[in-house]
Amino acid sequence: MPFQITILDTNEVYSCKETQHLLSGMMQLGKKGIPVGCRSGGCGVCKVKIHQGAYATKKMSRDHVSQDEENSGTVLACRVFPQTNISLSVIGHLHKAVMR
Amino acid sequence: MAMTGILRPGHIQLRVLDMDESVNHYCNNIGLIETDRDEQGRVYLKCWDEQDKFSVVLEPSDRSGMDHVAYKVATEQDLWHYESKIKKFGIDTKRVPAGELKGCGERVRFVVPAGHIFELYAEKEQVGNGLSTTNPAPWPRGLKGMEPIRFDHCLLYGNNFEENFKFFTEALDFQLTEQIVDGEVQLAAFLTCSTKAHDVAFIRSEKSAQLHHASFLLGSWEGVLKAGDIISMEDIPLETGPTRHGLTRGQTIYFFDPSGNRNEVFAEDSYVYPDSPVLTWTADNIGQAIFYHSRTLVDSFMGVTS
Repeated sequence: MPFQITILDTNEVYSCKETQHLLSGMMQLGKKGIPVGCRSGGCGVCKVKIHQGAYATKKMSRDHVSQDEENSGTVLACRVFPQTNISLSVIGHLHKAVMR
Repeated sequence: MAMTGILRPGHIQLRVLDMDESVNHYCNNIGLIETDRDEQGRVYLKCWDEQDKFSVVLEPSDRSGMDHVAYKVATEQDLWHYESKIKKFGIDTKRVPAGELKGCGERVRFVVPAGHIFELYAEKEQVGNGLSTTNPAPWPRGLKGMEPIRFDHCLLYGNNFEENFKFFTEALDFQLTEQIVDGEVQLAAFLTCSTKAHDVAFIRSEKSAQLHHASFLLGSWEGVLKAGDIISMEDIPLETGPTRHGLTRGQTIYFFDPSGNRNEVFAEDSYVYPDSPVLTWTADNIGQAIFYHSRTLVDSFMGVTS
């Protein structure tokens, strides 16, 4: 059964299965709110703070999320698989890496 | 022999978060061939048509990105020649002993002004491409995945752009093939040490030492389309493509490995000779320079690195 994911910044709500990471659920429904990058835990743009809910994680690059952050619920959305309904706020952003 | 000095990108060492997932991605999905492993847990891979033992090294790590990229030089004399030129430019070098990577000779290691670790080496064990050197068949049977021919180049984001450009063209004798310019300011430099459209490319960035992508050559546009099929079949995060670049006119598709390192597979890009003119793309046309069909920049493509 899918869980409800709430992006607190925009009040966007979408559903996500426990076999899907949070970005995959969002993208599949054409929803927006969390920046989408590599979707594999390496680039850091989808960094979020989980306020409520239980979840499983996969490995994420320590360049972007420290162990302490991970322990306190600051994670990469593409590495988070929901086990209950979740509410989160967005920390990461797509910056313009090309200098003009 | 017309081609001397620095010959080609010989290998790239990528940091990966989960080795089993990564080996599956690079071997079964892209289609590289595993040739060895070492006691540090590193896995050595090659594309089918490469003679040398490996062109990709996967290193177990808790972070993503590129550890280093190494270029092969023609002779040991070239190695000491470039070591001296690099030092003369004002950059420290370090020698990594032969065998630190299995089958690779002594390497000269240095940090380029853009922040990345580069290496040069003259010797690597040759294991062949699976075909006879007498009356060879055109390709070996049993290839997997996207059937890449070779590790072709990497594209890197970094700072100290002018100094870095000077280092590559003056100390390492690379040739500028194509560029993106905003007035007088160079935003992108495609550089070759051979006759390829690029053996390395740099994008001007505020951040140091970022990997944008590691790229593998395919045989045809049909191969690029088939790569797109495999990307969807295997649920690999696709970024963009199949499409064509304006720059290098390569036919291309971009996706991510299981650690978020970006990969490209491409076919049929352009070539240069030492007397070829530099091709220039202007910043007001950057959309077409990068994605020739859509003429629209993709936010993640511009902003996401590992």
